[in-house]
Amino acid sequence: MNRIIKFVIVDIMRNKVVLAYTVLMAILSWGVFSLEDNGSKGVLTLLNLILLNVPLVSIVFSTIYIYNSSEFIELLLSQPIKRSKIWVSLFAGLQFSLISAFVIGAGIPILVYAPSGFGIIMLLVGIIITAVFVSIAFFSAIQTRDKAKGIGVAILLWLYFALLFDGLVLFLLFQFAEYPIEEAMMVLSAFSPIDLARIMVLLQLDVSAMMGYTGAIFRQFFGTQSGIFISFGVLLLWVLLPFMFSLRKFRTKDL
Amino acid sequence: MIDIRNLNKRFGKLSVLDDVSLLCEKGECIALIGPNGCGKTTLIKSILGMVVPDSGEILFNGKAVRKDYKYREQIGYMPQIGRYPDNMSIGQIFETIREIRHYQGETDDELMRQFGLDRMFDKRMRTLSGGTTQKVSASLAFLFNPEVLILDEPTAGLDPIASEILKEKIIAEKEKGKLILITSHLLSELDDLITRIIFMQDGKVQFHLPVEELLSSTSEHRISAAIAKVMRDRAEGTTKAIHNSAEK
Repeated sequence: MNRIIKFVIVDIMRNKVVLAYTVLMAILSWGVFSLEDNGSKGVLTLLNLILLNVPLVSIVFSTIYIYNSSEFIELLLSQPIKRSKIWVSLFAGLQFSLISAFVIGAGIPILVYAPSGFGIIMLLVGIIITAVFVSIAFFSAIQTRDKAKGIGVAILLWLYFALLFDGLVLFLLFQFAEYPIEEAMMVLSAFSPIDLARIMVLLQLDVSAMMGYTGAIFRQFFGTQSGIFISFGVLLLWVLLPFMFSLRKFRTKDL
Repeated sequence: MIDIRNLNKRFGKLSVLDDVSLLCEKGECIALIGPNGCGKTTLIKSILGMVVPDSGEILFNGKAVRKDYKYREQIGYMPQIGRYPDNMSIGQIFETIREIRHYQGETDDELMRQFGLDRMFDKRMRTLSGGTTQKVSASLAFLFNPEVLILDEPTAGLDPIASEILKEKIIAEKEKGKLILITSHLLSELDDLITRIIFMQDGKVQFHLPVEELLSSTSEHRISAAIAKVMRDRAEGTTKAIHNSAEK
């Protein structure tokens, strides 16, 4: 493994916040599953907890870590290393640490209590949601040098994706209830990774009552299988695009 | 060795480098001087690829540095204010950089030992004083036997003893035929080191001369006095021989 990635991972381990996050996820997951006797009901409860917590921790921790790495980045820049390698290694190190934390904390109980299609999808959703929000953190952190501003933006982004977006969808729904806006709503859901992740799990669970508006449209349009694939594909774009933009900016940044 | 051609850089409205062209050859010890904010550090950072110029190019041994990074193996850089990860120890810093550079040869740890850094390898960077941090920066710059040394205000913040150790090291490396580029505003510190002088002001290179030429044309003995005289003459608009040679 590349030396910088190794350094980043060791540094994050020493930091202990990610360790605490692992323990928190473990307590939440084991707790939820031991309270619910039905495995798939447990998965649903856990889904909502994960979709709230994982994005918050991923985006805030990554943003702070990126800002705190500015010295390390500066030290490396005058060395014979490709610029993009520094940024990619930082990304890989953060992704690896946060995804491992999720898999160890929540993944194990999920696979123990729901060792089926749901369980696997849940695990996948947790991993990709972590990846998406780490990627968004890279995008927002490169925009400004001001740490307080950067962290503030990260928290606002989380608020927007986790809470405001749903409100926005509902608002549009009521405003345009008399028009055929199914397609528009489907396109709109592509702009919210959390919404997409929820749709993915609910399609797999096949509980229409809980699917919500966009989920129901998704199934109606694509059917369960391709619905899952399409939302997964869009989520992958959410991982790649913000990071690609940040990388392009990092390449020409003056440090 | 380092060939800078028509370099331009703006930070917003401020033109920090204005059509800078320079040629630095092996074996020279060049002092880059000028008032605060004249673009010295920006020029150095452009050579290192830390600042991306708006236009113009920099050739290192004939190769453009823009897309390259390997050339930095041959540069030792001591920043003006070295910033290091807080919770890394001195030993870890040296070790990490050595591994990142894949350096196989013999490391030159003379400076590190003379500064007594080898006795405090497990100290964390955040606990170090400004001067000790500068010692780490200096030791790192010399550690991998680079062909080119770029030192940004090397003696600022160092005590007289450390400063003297560093100066002797610079002279020793100059004898080995390396290219040394130093920025400083404390001119008297440099008098016995340097062979050429680049004077910058407002992002422009005002002149680039061998020291003897500068001294003889101004009939001064000290570099600082010679530069002061040049600047005064220029301000008065008296164009002397010095001016012509600077233009070429």
